[in-house]
Amino acid sequence: MKRDVVRRWISTIVVWLCGLSVVVALVPLAFILFFVVSQGVQALNWEFFTALPAPVGELGGGFSNAIVGTLMLVGIGAAFAVPVGIISGVYIAEFPATKLATMARFAADTLNGVPSIVVGVFVYGIAVMPFRQFSAMAGGVALGIMMIPIVTRTTEELIKLVPPALREGALALGATRGRATLTVVLPAAAPGIITGVVLALARIAGETAPLLFTAFNNRFLSVDPTQPIASLTVQVYTYAISPYEDWHRQAWAGALVLVSLVLFCSVLARVATRRLERLQTGH
Amino acid sequence: MLRRLRGRDLGFKIGTGAFAALIVVIVAGIGFELWRQSALSLQKFGFAFWLGDIWDPVSGEFGAKPFIWGTLYSSILALALATPISLGIAIFLSELCPARFRLPLTFLTELLAAIPSIVYGLWGIFVLVPAVRSFEQALPQALRATPLFSGPAVGVGMLSAVLILAIMVIPFTSSVAREVLKAVPSSQREAAYALGATRWEAIRAALFYARTGIVGSLILGFGRALGETMAVTMVIGNNPQIKASLLAPGYTMSAVLANEFAEAADDLYLSALVEIGLVLFAITLMVNMLSRTLIWQMNRPVRATRAARVPIGAAPATGGAA
Repeated sequence: MKRDVVRRWISTIVVWLCGLSVVVALVPLAFILFFVVSQGVQALNWEFFTALPAPVGELGGGFSNAIVGTLMLVGIGAAFAVPVGIISGVYIAEFPATKLATMARFAADTLNGVPSIVVGVFVYGIAVMPFRQFSAMAGGVALGIMMIPIVTRTTEELIKLVPPALREGALALGATRGRATLTVVLPAAAPGIITGVVLALARIAGETAPLLFTAFNNRFLSVDPTQPIASLTVQVYTYAISPYEDWHRQAWAGALVLVSLVLFCSVLARVATRRLERLQTGH
Repeated sequence: MLRRLRGRDLGFKIGTGAFAALIVVIVAGIGFELWRQSALSLQKFGFAFWLGDIWDPVSGEFGAKPFIWGTLYSSILALALATPISLGIAIFLSELCPARFRLPLTFLTELLAAIPSIVYGLWGIFVLVPAVRSFEQALPQALRATPLFSGPAVGVGMLSAVLILAIMVIPFTSSVAREVLKAVPSSQREAAYALGATRWEAIRAALFYARTGIVGSLILGFGRALGETMAVTMVIGNNPQIKASLLAPGYTMSAVLANEFAEAADDLYLSALVEIGLVLFAITLMVNMLSRTLIWQMNRPVRATRAARVPIGAAPATGGAA
């Protein structure tokens, strides 16, 4: 009898502890968001978006070079990662039993777990050393490599979700397998794949480590893919570890821009997924 | 006509297959390239590279032990801190949470994973480190005398790195553990309840059932912690030394790459850094493989245990002599 009371008490305590751990995880989240917003808003102004960094020691200046740089880098990365990711995802979903599919799936998972700094070292070896030059191109390649596995796995998952009847219908009408995939299956999976791509874009836009010694940094506005280029993340890093108060202020503003971007994409993806689910279940 | 169609289908298979092969090539390429670039250091130092504890690029002396120590020490402690919290979250969200709050809470915990590492680092420098410093200064003298808390209270150091790593690992571990718990058949819990189990005892039954997958999720989080770069670089103090004290500054493998790679002037220095990258790659590769295997095993349908299937009398041939 007494033992049962103890057991019930233990159960209640553990249930509360589990709830508490959610709170414990959400406290840092709230803290981070609070500081990023409160500190970032103070430094965020028109100049931040339009001006170039001021010379060292002078107040003011902005992140326009970094914003353009991040857009360039993400653009270059996406330009090759999106096709590679989608097409390889199609292969893995269409021929799942082949040896190549198993290997590619494993490779994608592995690549997803490779530390981003290691990707930077790799790209330094293949795209910086041979040209003896840090470049936007190299930075874009590094980001693209980070992006491929996310797009591949998303595409695979979403193609698998397309009802087989759709594909069978196309095949029954005499379409080849490739044609059925391109004209029927892929369009059906497209909204989900686009959502996945948007999330992947948000993720690579927030990467710092692979850019440190590929894209390097640039205090001036540059759109030349063969030259070093600034990025939001690397500039936030440089400013954060600098000794200048005004640069710290701007680093917070840069962080706010990054976090808003990520939040915006996550919420967008969430809404899109929900709409997609509703479409598929027909409500 | 049919042959032409088949030819086109083959074209589709080969065309898409080439891209799938590209991913395999990239991963193999990373391993090969890192190995090639580190050849100089591998040749010159051999295994001694990992035993030396002096890192002095100026005099050309490269020992990587402090970085291995920093990476392992910070990741293991972070995992120890994150494990109970992540399991609590996974249990709460999969077993206990009212349906209404489940989606928003899941979204919020996963948001922790979406925040860029650099933002954690920035927050670490300006908010966490000062807080940790005051905490360290407030520690009682008796505690400060122990090796775990010895040394000056500077804020930057192992403790800050461990805290920030734990926060960053929690969303990964908890989301995988949640998926694993979801895969536990409800008959397991129902059976426990039918035997008169309390809520916690039923959960414990589910946890036991899911143990392989849960270990897999923890190892996956460990892999994340090993490779995490920016946030750690910004708060750990970047001092290559081997100290057990949580207050002492340290250095990790990823942090030394982030700090020194772009400035490594001579070939040997660069090669030594690439070797650190190579080992980081190899470690994370193994850790990821291990965790995927465990999680994958968990998600397979239950089978009769192998032992039960071995016919009686079919003892292994080598077992007889003793």
